Amino acid sequence: MSLALSDGLAARLRARAPRRPWPVRILLALLGFVLAFWTLLPVYNMVLISLSEDGDQFSGTVFPTHPSLEAFEVLLAGDDWYLEDFWPQFFNSFIMGLSTMTLTVAVGALAAFAIGRMGLRRGWLIGNASLVTYAVPASFLVIPFHRLMNIYGLADTLTGVVAAQVTFAVPYAVLILHQYGKLIPLELDDAARVDGATPTQIFFRVYLPLMGPALAAVATYALLLAWNEYLYQYVLLSSPRNMTVAAGINQFFDSDEAPWSYLMAVALVFSLPPIAVYYALRRYMVAGLTMGGIKG
Amino acid sequence: MSQAQQTLGMMRVGRVAVPAWLPPWKLGGPRGSDVSWAVAFLVPYVAVLVAFVIYPICFGFWLGSQADGYWDLFDNPLFWTTVFNTFMLAGVGVNVMLFLAFLLSGFFILPGRWIKALLVLFMLPWALPALPAFLSMHWMFIGYGGFLNSALEMIFGVEGPIWFNSYELAMALNVLAYIWKWMPFWTLVFLAGRLAIPQDIYDAAAVDGASGISRFTFVTFPLLANLYLVCTLLATLWAVADFVTAYFVSSGAPALETEVLATFTFRMIFDYGYVELGLAAGLVVLPVTIPLTILLIRRLQTTEVQL
Repeated sequence: MSLALSDGLAARLRARAPRRPWPVRILLALLGFVLAFWTLLPVYNMVLISLSEDGDQFSGTVFPTHPSLEAFEVLLAGDDWYLEDFWPQFFNSFIMGLSTMTLTVAVGALAAFAIGRMGLRRGWLIGNASLVTYAVPASFLVIPFHRLMNIYGLADTLTGVVAAQVTFAVPYAVLILHQYGKLIPLELDDAARVDGATPTQIFFRVYLPLMGPALAAVATYALLLAWNEYLYQYVLLSSPRNMTVAAGINQFFDSDEAPWSYLMAVALVFSLPPIAVYYALRRYMVAGLTMGGIKG
Repeated sequence: MSQAQQTLGMMRVGRVAVPAWLPPWKLGGPRGSDVSWAVAFLVPYVAVLVAFVIYPICFGFWLGSQADGYWDLFDNPLFWTTVFNTFMLAGVGVNVMLFLAFLLSGFFILPGRWIKALLVLFMLPWALPALPAFLSMHWMFIGYGGFLNSALEMIFGVEGPIWFNSYELAMALNVLAYIWKWMPFWTLVFLAGRLAIPQDIYDAAAVDGASGISRFTFVTFPLLANLYLVCTLLATLWAVADFVTAYFVSSGAPALETEVLATFTFRMIFDYGYVELGLAAGLVVLPVTIPLTILLIRRLQTTEVQL
């Protein structure tokens, strides 16, 4: 059924446009142009600054007058005081993002399966309990978190940061997975059970394969959440070697003389992995984000 | 409904009545080994919940239970500005954003190859990490030599304002930056919602003569109303907790006037060392966020019952 759903979606997304009257076409084109401009403006600014030569950033140019790749060369080689830890930190960010993604999907899928498909009596209450996380602001929770990580012995480790990211990603993950799971008929589980499958087998052989789009959506969401986050990485990580890019970027703000072209080069390189993951998983996103509330 | 459904669900196989399908809550829960499986599947989730949510929350409440902090907080004029700013972002900004996202999802569902291509581009802000994007915006709007003022100078020959010297402009930029970053995500959620409406419903409506506006008011909107409400609640909760936007776009300029509660909490504790004040500032949103969360949970439960 979910396969049929994604096929139907694909067909509707691929449908050819009817001939529209010309005023409508002009209006649509105008809207499209405004949207593209609105989306690309900050990105263009990023590229513009990263291509400028040191000390030349705010000379009032709108186009790169003397485009130079100097910032990227220095970044690749890492031979500047501001950039010497960049690649280790990039690696840390990468590990943190991937772990957050994997753990969120694993914890979320197991929980959503138990809550939605194993007929637990107060299951939905357990599923909703995690939404409490969103009632208490993360910026407040960071203080007990900081002390707690000392108690758990996870202070200044990536594990501590991953724990924080997973904590904030799981409630939404369970929500999305649970809602999407309703599209898969329970009869499938019953049929498998009649054939003698254990719950683990049903989970791996029936549930997970059919949950593909939702798992992709949740994975992307968790990765982007970890990559977007700043506060916990900044507070929980203290030594430069353990820092992620987000935490390490802070050293640029310590001085007014920091080279902004380097900062923007860092920003662009830092942006590549999530963009790559998003565009790789994009095909499944729309189908996966479908929440209930619609009789399907 | 249970009786009727149960009767309908009975199929005669030979002489034995076999229930073809029963909703799980009618089965009286799982039996025997299934319970242990369900518990085992829930262990990681409950562990995360207890170790990293319930325990820190209790710890935090205990830390923030000193009453002195609250009186200092309410006497602080900056605090009330901060509350107002948080409302502008999470109350006004979020609703504008969701309304626009809802309209845009109607645009992106239109057939046409270039519209689908534009959607791919339009999603870029969501995939772009918040930190670089907001740093770029900060430098884009910086008064002298920033990109925007240079562009204004070049194209229109006017001298742009010094954006971050004005409270209104700086606050507006924060809200705009937040909308820029998060509108694509909600557009995608609404797009998914619209696509999940079966085409037959529209076909049936078309037979009944519905088109254009009435198609929207009688089919699309009633079916998406619950989704819209759930999204509003979630987006509001996330916006209240949002730290990165105000911290990097305006950085509180001018003179800490554009802080939101999240950044105010952080600055009070980590920059100025007023721990009690900061803890109090972190907890004052609870009277708003707890009812919103309860409402959210109730809405989600209603959805389940209706299905």
